Amino acid sequence: MELTTLLFYFFSLLTIGSAIFMVFSKNIVHAAFALMFTLLGVAALYVLLFADFIAATQILVYVGGILILILFGVMLTTKGFTDNLKTLTTNLRPVSVVMTLVAAGMIYVLLTTTWPVAEIAEPEGTITGLGTLLLKEYILPFQVTGVLLLVAIIGALLMATKVKHQQ
Amino acid sequence: MVGLEWYLGVSAILFVIGVLGVLISKNAIVVFMCVELMLSAVNITLVAFSSFMGDVHGMILVFFVLCVAAAEACVGLAIVIAIFRNNITADISKINLLRW
Repeated sequence: MELTTLLFYFFSLLTIGSAIFMVFSKNIVHAAFALMFTLLGVAALYVLLFADFIAATQILVYVGGILILILFGVMLTTKGFTDNLKTLTTNLRPVSVVMTLVAAGMIYVLLTTTWPVAEIAEPEGTITGLGTLLLKEYILPFQVTGVLLLVAIIGALLMATKVKHQQ
Repeated sequence: MVGLEWYLGVSAILFVIGVLGVLISKNAIVVFMCVELMLSAVNITLVAFSSFMGDVHGMILVFFVLCVAAAEACVGLAIVIAIFRNNITADISKINLLRW
């Protein structure tokens, strides 16, 4: 068996296993750390798909940014008692049955469809193509994304700062 | 290299786990983490198609999804913290002021 195939099995098992652990974990801090392993596994899958830039961005944005933000959210919404770190679940059994059916349906569809796959050589790197496309064809969405991030920062600051109540 | 179907299968399973978590979880932060999981699953699909067709346009879409996910996470967590400050709970089954 090839090394890349073995690596694919390892990283997809890591991703799916820690995702399942995250959903069913009782402790929310454990769930956040399981999410870290999931996101790292996804980044490794990107590397196996030759998407080097996306993999690096995934690690920087998700593992370095969003996960830290989520951990801060955990700390700010638990009042410091470990009892409150427990998460509760509801409707576990019917939702599990429905979701298993949905997963089976999706996998059936993707196995019975013939996907158009181009036989391509191993690409040398995607950064050049991505940069050219971003600054030529996709310049308007690129700028709009910048504005979106600015608005998100302003909105988060407005909501998270203390509002003075009129007595 | 493994086939396209394997990547799509992993992506489908991850997405379903994310939906499952959103539906069964009572903690708003866990719901957030599951939404991030679903976004990652869709990103795997996009990158897989883009890589197997030798076309970089899919990766551009992943880039924008990453940006929107970052914006969504920061605004969403601010909302959760604001609700927690006013309502003293992160339990979404207790946040039912707008329930009819």
